Amino acid sequence: MISLAGRDILHGWGKFVFTGLGLGLLIGVTLTMAGVYRGMVDDARALLDNSGAELWVVQQDTLGPYAESSSVHDDVWRSIAGIEGVARAANITYLTMQVRQTGPGARDVRAMVVGVTPDGPGHPGQPVHLLAGRHLTRGHYEAVADIATGFALGERIRIRRNEYTVVGLTRRMVSSGGDPMVFIPLKDAQEAQFLKDNDAIVRQRARTAQNPALNRPGVPGLLDAVIASQSTNPYVNAVLVQLAPGYDPERVAEPIRRWLRLTVYTRAQMEEILVAKLIATSARQIAMFLVILAVVSAAIVAFIIYTLTLGKIREIAVLKLIGTRNRTIAAMILQQAVGLGLIGFVVGKIAATFWAPAFPKYVLLETGDTVRALVAVLAICVLASVLAIRAALRVDPAEAIGG
Amino acid sequence: MSGIRIEGLRKRYGSGDTAVDALKHVDMAVAPGEVVGLIGPSGSGKSTLLKCLGAVIEPSAGRMTLGGETIYDQGWKIRDLRALRRDRIGFVFQAPYLIPFLDVLDNVALLPMLAGRPNAEARRRALELLDALDVAHRARAMPSQLSGGEQQRVAIARALVSRPPVILADEPTAPLDSERALGVIRILNRMAREYATAIIVVTHDEKIIPTFRRIYHIRDGRTDEEAGEGRSIE
Repeated sequence: MISLAGRDILHGWGKFVFTGLGLGLLIGVTLTMAGVYRGMVDDARALLDNSGAELWVVQQDTLGPYAESSSVHDDVWRSIAGIEGVARAANITYLTMQVRQTGPGARDVRAMVVGVTPDGPGHPGQPVHLLAGRHLTRGHYEAVADIATGFALGERIRIRRNEYTVVGLTRRMVSSGGDPMVFIPLKDAQEAQFLKDNDAIVRQRARTAQNPALNRPGVPGLLDAVIASQSTNPYVNAVLVQLAPGYDPERVAEPIRRWLRLTVYTRAQMEEILVAKLIATSARQIAMFLVILAVVSAAIVAFIIYTLTLGKIREIAVLKLIGTRNRTIAAMILQQAVGLGLIGFVVGKIAATFWAPAFPKYVLLETGDTVRALVAVLAICVLASVLAIRAALRVDPAEAIGG
Repeated sequence: MSGIRIEGLRKRYGSGDTAVDALKHVDMAVAPGEVVGLIGPSGSGKSTLLKCLGAVIEPSAGRMTLGGETIYDQGWKIRDLRALRRDRIGFVFQAPYLIPFLDVLDNVALLPMLAGRPNAEARRRALELLDALDVAHRARAMPSQLSGGEQQRVAIARALVSRPPVILADEPTAPLDSERALGVIRILNRMAREYATAIIVVTHDEKIIPTFRRIYHIRDGRTDEEAGEGRSIE
């Protein structure tokens, strides 16, 4: 049996290819939007995986360092390390800020600065894999940066008042917001996060000295002690915990919650916070875009197929007059719609694959999403062809005779 | 006589006070191998008669016999009118209305293909007809690459490909000059004889009217038969 749709497409291939190209770019945008969402979820999981933690100990009644402000004393980790089932515990700080590259071509990079205890790989909070250089080994002024920052080994970067040398490069270490990470020693990070600038310190000291409750003539050393306490920064955002083999996370978390009065999250709970709470609004936003793009795609396919069909009304009337079955005519229109959708899908997939790496945030194009998109495109094309098929089936074969 | 026979055919549009009798009483008989003219002024009912003969609209009363079989007698006697049109009635229009995205060969072979014949057989039969109509050399051309006369010959081949007992030609020479118009009539006469087909040509064309041996005049929904000049065009 001859394929009327195939012949029509071959006859007017330019029209179909260019229309498919336009549709394909739209489908490419749709695939990319889905990829942006997948990338956000993957970034969140990578953040948790790369932290090397199995438990997150945070300030009571907060959602932890990624979703809310949290501060716990920096000596709590010792108590946690002594609890049965804890293999290693380490302080960590997170602060998203502008990091300035110094020297020629100086530029600012938005990054999440992570304060970690200098140690080797496998230690909680340390980057898991290095592409070049080494891990943090000194207590101050060293940094390990994600390659997405654009920093190179040996470069100097400025964080608040201090300069750091980039000693290692890592990859796929990003915040839940997609900002690349810069790891620096914990003490420096605490200072960067909590320490005030010199002018503010001078003003605070003056205020403290003017406070009669803190500057009593009969209590020597009190003012110095108060000022000293104001100048120290004994807080971190969380304590990351690795468990000894064979221990259940919930069983280890329970005494920390009970005796240290802190909130503890397991990996599953933290993933729930990141995926279900932190990126939920973004996910809904993207879902709205996907729905709108799907509707626009359907409208475009419907309009194009309807217009193409109206342009063939006389031929359809002749086909019906000479005895062509309605289902043959419907199949022709349906095949053209599906053909247009397939051209669009192939163009869209290729376009999305090529432009995804150019996006500033990670775009993850999953095979499952591609298959789902193909099914959706075909379903949309079938639905979109209904209008044209109805118009074609309403054509009176008598129109071919005229009069 | 086989061919086509029509007796007392009527067609009424609407009902009540607004009813219009487009055909009041039509009698026609065309034998196999015969070409007759059907002429009449605008609004006389030519197109309505053609649509009734083509099983596109249902008459209101009367009787129609095609190839010896009654297809209408106060109602359709054939269930599948689409198959009737496909297999037993050929159509030639004022404009050729070839399918623009099929080449000449497949335009002609389309009907037997749609009827379920193997593509090779359908194309072989189409090629024979194109050869008989002197357009076989354009078999792989697209319709837009043909002249008007060539397109009309291809349209005639398409009408003949199912070997129908009757062909309805609706002003087939209207867009053609005298020479080409007479050429088309010559072909229709030859094909009618060779394929034993009854051909009814609806026309206003003064150039070709003298070529018919028999002419049906349709006026006010009624037909009158008269002898034509039957001028030789061979």
